Amino acid sequence: MKTSFPRSLQTVIIALVAVGLVALALGGYFNPVASWFTRLTIDAQTWISTRYLAVTDFLTVPRDLASLRQRNAELEVEVAQLQTQVIDLQQKVTETNILSALVDFARANPEYSYKAAAVIGLDPSPFLRYVIINIGSNQGILPGMPVVTDKGLVGRVDAVIAEAARVQLITDAASAVNVRLQSSDTEAMLVGSVTGDLSLDLISQDAAVTVGDVVLTSGLGGSYPPNLLVGQVVSVRKLDYELFQQAVIQPNVDFNQLGFLLVITNFAPVDIAPLIATPGP
Amino acid sequence: MRRSILVAIPVLGLAVMLQTSIVGRINLLNGAADLVLLILAAWGLQERVRNAWIWGTVAGLLVGFVSGVPWYVYLVGYLVVVGMARLLAHRVWQAPLLAMFTVTLIGTLVLLMLTYFDRSLFEMSLAFNLAFAQIILPSILLNLLLAIPVHALIRDLANRLYPAEVVS
Repeated sequence: MKTSFPRSLQTVIIALVAVGLVALALGGYFNPVASWFTRLTIDAQTWISTRYLAVTDFLTVPRDLASLRQRNAELEVEVAQLQTQVIDLQQKVTETNILSALVDFARANPEYSYKAAAVIGLDPSPFLRYVIINIGSNQGILPGMPVVTDKGLVGRVDAVIAEAARVQLITDAASAVNVRLQSSDTEAMLVGSVTGDLSLDLISQDAAVTVGDVVLTSGLGGSYPPNLLVGQVVSVRKLDYELFQQAVIQPNVDFNQLGFLLVITNFAPVDIAPLIATPGP
Repeated sequence: MRRSILVAIPVLGLAVMLQTSIVGRINLLNGAADLVLLILAAWGLQERVRNAWIWGTVAGLLVGFVSGVPWYVYLVGYLVVVGMARLLAHRVWQAPLLAMFTVTLIGTLVLLMLTYFDRSLFEMSLAFNLAFAQIILPSILLNLLLAIPVHALIRDLANRLYPAEVVS
């Protein structure tokens, strides 16, 4: 026996079931089931996505690491080059400033001709205060030529070879320079010492010497041109029972930081040795 | 002998350049180390080294040429250092550092005293107390500080130039 519903009745029943399900869903009766299903789906999606990314990382990171290392090495080389350039440029700026000051000095003292030189060494003996410069007889340098910086007197050329010269600083213990005090026009003798300190000797007891007096070369003796700045008086020693006063001088030039110098090339030192009387027999 | 001279000139030339440009600027009071003296002392103390006297002569002439001190002062001073080193090399070879310190101490003293007397006699009078406290003592101290590294470097150089003979 076969029971069959008319086709229209089937349609009506399905529609009613569908409407009933929609009504139940809208009424919230399916929420637990829906949330369980959603959570399951999200967990599955997360698991698949995480594993995919892990596999992708595993396959791609080693290549990226290598390229990053290479890039890092390139950048480190570039940084090192830039640092070298910075140091080089800083050095050039310093040199330019010094040379600029020397040019200013040369312009302010146009009566002399100058040759610029760099200090390339010191005398090996700690007893001597000499420096070695990088110009010599090939550049017209002769023994006895005065050497200055923009700050003042440095010394004079002691010995010359073709491409270098040795300069005796005024702080050397064997150096003696005739000077005068600018304020009182008093003559004196500037001498160096083994410690590099400068002092004035042979100052007349009658002369008024005060702290702060400016010391200039006098030009006497013909070894140095006149009116080159040397330094300032920082202390005076005057004892009644001594023939002369003495004074300590603060040099204007920093002799520990000599980098570039100017050699005065048109000053011919005068040798007065033949004029000095020698005791007869 | 030819190899010794061929090595001596560049090594001592470099030492003089380092001395005038770098080492001489490192001061303690007014004293300074003498790299050339240390090299000569270390070289003279090496057992297998020959022709140390040639090194002393070359160094004396080189430094004497550069310095304002008369050339014979450095020549005599450095030859004294080499002589002392050769003397001690055959006596206290078991304690090379002790010998190095001894040669450095006495050699520096001799060289600086020679310089002091030369300047005092021929140029101007110098206060000995001041010179001793400000120049001689600090220079000795600096030389003693540099003695160990210089000795190690020169020993390596000597071992390369004069390798130990293998007895079979």
